[in-house]
Amino acid sequence: MTNTIRYDVDGDGIATLTIDVPEQSMNVIGAEFLADLDTLVERVTSDEAVKGAVIASGKASGFMGGMDLKAMETMLLTGEGGMAGLFTRVFELNRVLRRLETCGKPFACAIEGICVGGGFEIALACHRRIVGDNPKTQLGLPECMLGLFPGGGGSQRMPRITGVQTALMYILQGKLFPPSEGTALKLIDEVVPAGTALDAAKAWAKANPSAATQPWDVKGFKVPGGAGAMNPNFVQTFVGAVPMTVKQTQHNINGPIALLSAVYEGLQLPMDRAIRVESKYFARVLADPQARNMVRTLFVNKQAAERGARRPKDAAPSPTKKLAMLGAGMMGAGIATVSAQAGMEVMLLDRDMASAEKGKAHAQGELEKRVAKGKMTPEKMMEILGRITPCTDVADLKGCDFVIEAVFEDPGIKAEITQRVEAVLGADTIFGSNTSTLPITGLAKAWSKPENFIGIHFFSPVEKMPLVEIILGEKTGPQAIAKALDFVAQIRKTPIVVNDSRGFYTSRCFSTYVSEGTQMVAEGVNPALIENVGKQLGMPVGPLAVSDEVSIELGHKILSATKKELGDAYKGTLADDVIEKMVVGLGRLGRKNGKGYYDYPADKSPKHLWPGLAEHFPRAAHQPTPAEVRERLLYRQLIECARCYEEGVLSAPEDGDIGAIFGWGFAPYTGGPFSHMDTVGIAKVVETLDKLTQLHGDRFTPTSQLRAMAAKGEGFYPSVAKAAA
Amino acid sequence: MLQAVPRRTGIDTADIDDVILGCVTPVAEQGADIARVAVINAGYDELVPGVQINRFCASGLEAVNMAAAKVVSGEAQFAIGGGVECMSRVPMASDGGAWASDPRVAYDTYFVPQGISADLIATKFGFSREDCDAYAVESQKRAKQAWDEGRFAKSILPIRDVIGEVVLDHDEHMRPGTDMQSLGALKPSFEAMGEQMPGFDTIALLRYPEVEKINHVHHGGNSSGIVDGAAAVLVGSKAMGEKYGLKPRARIRAAASIGSEPTIMLTGPESIARKLLDRAGMSTSDIDLWELNEAFASVVLRYMQALNLDHKHVNVCGGAIAMGHPLGATGAMVLGTALDELERTGKGTALINLCVGAGMGTGTIIERI
Repeated sequence: MTNTIRYDVDGDGIATLTIDVPEQSMNVIGAEFLADLDTLVERVTSDEAVKGAVIASGKASGFMGGMDLKAMETMLLTGEGGMAGLFTRVFELNRVLRRLETCGKPFACAIEGICVGGGFEIALACHRRIVGDNPKTQLGLPECMLGLFPGGGGSQRMPRITGVQTALMYILQGKLFPPSEGTALKLIDEVVPAGTALDAAKAWAKANPSAATQPWDVKGFKVPGGAGAMNPNFVQTFVGAVPMTVKQTQHNINGPIALLSAVYEGLQLPMDRAIRVESKYFARVLADPQARNMVRTLFVNKQAAERGARRPKDAAPSPTKKLAMLGAGMMGAGIATVSAQAGMEVMLLDRDMASAEKGKAHAQGELEKRVAKGKMTPEKMMEILGRITPCTDVADLKGCDFVIEAVFEDPGIKAEITQRVEAVLGADTIFGSNTSTLPITGLAKAWSKPENFIGIHFFSPVEKMPLVEIILGEKTGPQAIAKALDFVAQIRKTPIVVNDSRGFYTSRCFSTYVSEGTQMVAEGVNPALIENVGKQLGMPVGPLAVSDEVSIELGHKILSATKKELGDAYKGTLADDVIEKMVVGLGRLGRKNGKGYYDYPADKSPKHLWPGLAEHFPRAAHQPTPAEVRERLLYRQLIECARCYEEGVLSAPEDGDIGAIFGWGFAPYTGGPFSHMDTVGIAKVVETLDKLTQLHGDRFTPTSQLRAMAAKGEGFYPSVAKAAA
Repeated sequence: MLQAVPRRTGIDTADIDDVILGCVTPVAEQGADIARVAVINAGYDELVPGVQINRFCASGLEAVNMAAAKVVSGEAQFAIGGGVECMSRVPMASDGGAWASDPRVAYDTYFVPQGISADLIATKFGFSREDCDAYAVESQKRAKQAWDEGRFAKSILPIRDVIGEVVLDHDEHMRPGTDMQSLGALKPSFEAMGEQMPGFDTIALLRYPEVEKINHVHHGGNSSGIVDGAAAVLVGSKAMGEKYGLKPRARIRAAASIGSEPTIMLTGPESIARKLLDRAGMSTSDIDLWELNEAFASVVLRYMQALNLDHKHVNVCGGAIAMGHPLGATGAMVLGTALDELERTGKGTALINLCVGAGMGTGTIIERI
């Protein structure tokens, strides 16, 4: 009996393997499934009554996702038996699939719905691939997106079908495709009406009892487009693929370059050898903590957060039907757009009708872009826009069941509108504030029931940025948390939940990246070095470029406000002087006036660092090494994240890692700052921070919690060994 | 070329113990140990062996250095060092190489094509497009003057066809009319591959993050020309010289090669020059003439900057920008150029130097006797 695959043989001698992995909404490849598949392939092989076989899914959700990454998380890293042991474990899928394609009987794959990753690799091992026609069906190999690569024969079979260049393009970008494209790529043999793939597959297997040899097992097989170290196309493809990969990974991610080697070497070998090479590279990638870190944060924990990991369990579902959006500026308009797209009614309120209408016009502009790209019908656009109602009178908000405030960042203005809205909707309604810096506990005082007040911090541009930071004030209650998280789920974004603090988690930690870069300018470090190293560290842009984008002037305003508020308690930094000089002394406000750390030529030619920086911030005679710059930019962020954890701003490292990567683009290959600190080892992190404190000052001082963790040999996450036990 | 050696010297080829020829792309008709094939084809005694070597652009000079080493060690009494490259028939890079194409090798060694390296040198050391173009204009001017004055006469061998007619007796690559304006019209050769597809600049910046952005200054007019060529230098022991009554033109005072950072690739010459001077117990002021192969303008500009050399002593007869760079042969050719020039001007020492792919330098100090 196999638990994950049902097995039937029909009167024609065609066996059907129906994959239906229990307790999973989507079929995934785990250890039990693999054992079952092994058993059934052997049964098909040995049972003389069986003439051919079909693999199908028993789930309406689709054919199959990839590996069971959640189960895999504990399987990653080297584990038992060292590298040889890991190789044996990862080779198992390849071994079974190779057995399947060489067993002497035809296997057809009947695909209905999504078939990606390991699922698509199973399909590639079959002698025929038949897909039920549905433009929404996604096929392909997305593993590179998680820092992995297809390690179940996909890196070998796909290029043998499509040619090397095409395969690399799809696999490196993790590009998925619909059935029609699959046919054009020759990856799919037949597209049949939806729901008939199984019958078509059976019919094919019955009619083709001897079609059991893969093209690459036929003597004289040639890879389309050619392959081999003496083939100019093949060679040129790899000469180009390496820099293209480096452009994307900055030499930080293991998966894509391992893929290139697996394809380069594997395509010059017979399949039996090729899959071993693939598995060896795959084992190397898995053995590095990077794979575990990326899978854990980018996939497992992200998905858990989206499915309500932080939602109070007993709170009743509370989807928002009608949203009161206060403020139709850039953020308010963006929130209105995504909410209306998610099916909510939106009352978009601003001080005057022109501003409110402008907010709706923004929504229209965004949707028109989608229509222009063919991603949305004009009818759909009109329907969505119909759900956004611009207004100016708070009385119009009646009937709204959730409020988000995105008005000017001034406590007085915010309190005033908060009270006026309460007068209309009552204090039982949940009120969310999209402030990016003001403490929620203070703002909540304007709402009679502070348990119903919560922070809901969006990132700009709202349409694109995947994260929402939920901030709990001192008194925020479970209903408010549930409401906010349900809303985030409705608009299909990823939430993290943090506690109150100035700048909360994301803004506070991200600003350290910018300020450390600015501090280096003050010290006379070559700005090109700062900027390039920032990018090479894996940040989306350099710290000075970011500063220009958000405007140095804004930084100056925040600085002035903070100084005013803290008075004598404020400790100035060298970075402050740079900001002061740039804004007040030199009128270089950032990109907004075309003059910041960069010059932005009027003719739209690319920006370049402002040569005047060298004059105003003279270049130090001794320049730091790239490694030193990298360490400072990285550790300045790490220590701030650790402080947030110690202070309780964060209650879980998962939030910290997801928030860092999706909120401010923290180097994704690390799996986030907390995963990274665990990987480096807390003792080593403390040692580096102590060194940096000596060299550069107290902003690097390790927290006492870090010291205690180092002493006890602890990490932020339970160790993999513990998790497996 | 090989036939001219016994013809000009009157030696019995059986006394030549080895023929070492540089050839950078030893495939197709340059394959199969072209040195041995050339030896037997030239009618040498069958006892004379031949070996083809490859130190990229310095192969011809390396061959001379190896020939000298054989003589010094006593392995050879007479040895020929030289080189050949027929770039019109065997295109550059047609020998492939794991360096660029094997993903693991290319990734781990931060491979970029030489043109990107040359542009990186220009950017890092502050040479503008105008600086490089001006250098190229001067190279053309010097080459023309050298040809006009017949400075190469002693070293040029005309190529004859099967019926003995001269088909070529001069450098075809020169463009004496070149000026800043004509060069200014040329598009940079390495900008697209650096910045767009496939984007080699990213790799260079990973090694040199102090450079904001690579300024792509090189083009066909300020880089070495793709040409055909061959050269040979006879190196012999004192005893052999006396046997044939030959008067040596010069002696090799020091010779060596060195490795340098491979991504910027072409900064080896300054290192090898220092190593040679150090070995010979000399300083830059002891050298009368400097030859550095003009692979790219920035390479020579950086060399002069690093060693604080006056351009009037460097590449006095022009170089590869004007006359071309037959990869395997150039090293032996420029040694000849330097020697001819020492004799013409009555000077004593020259340092011959070439930048080398994958980050190397090869150099030789010669002294007139």
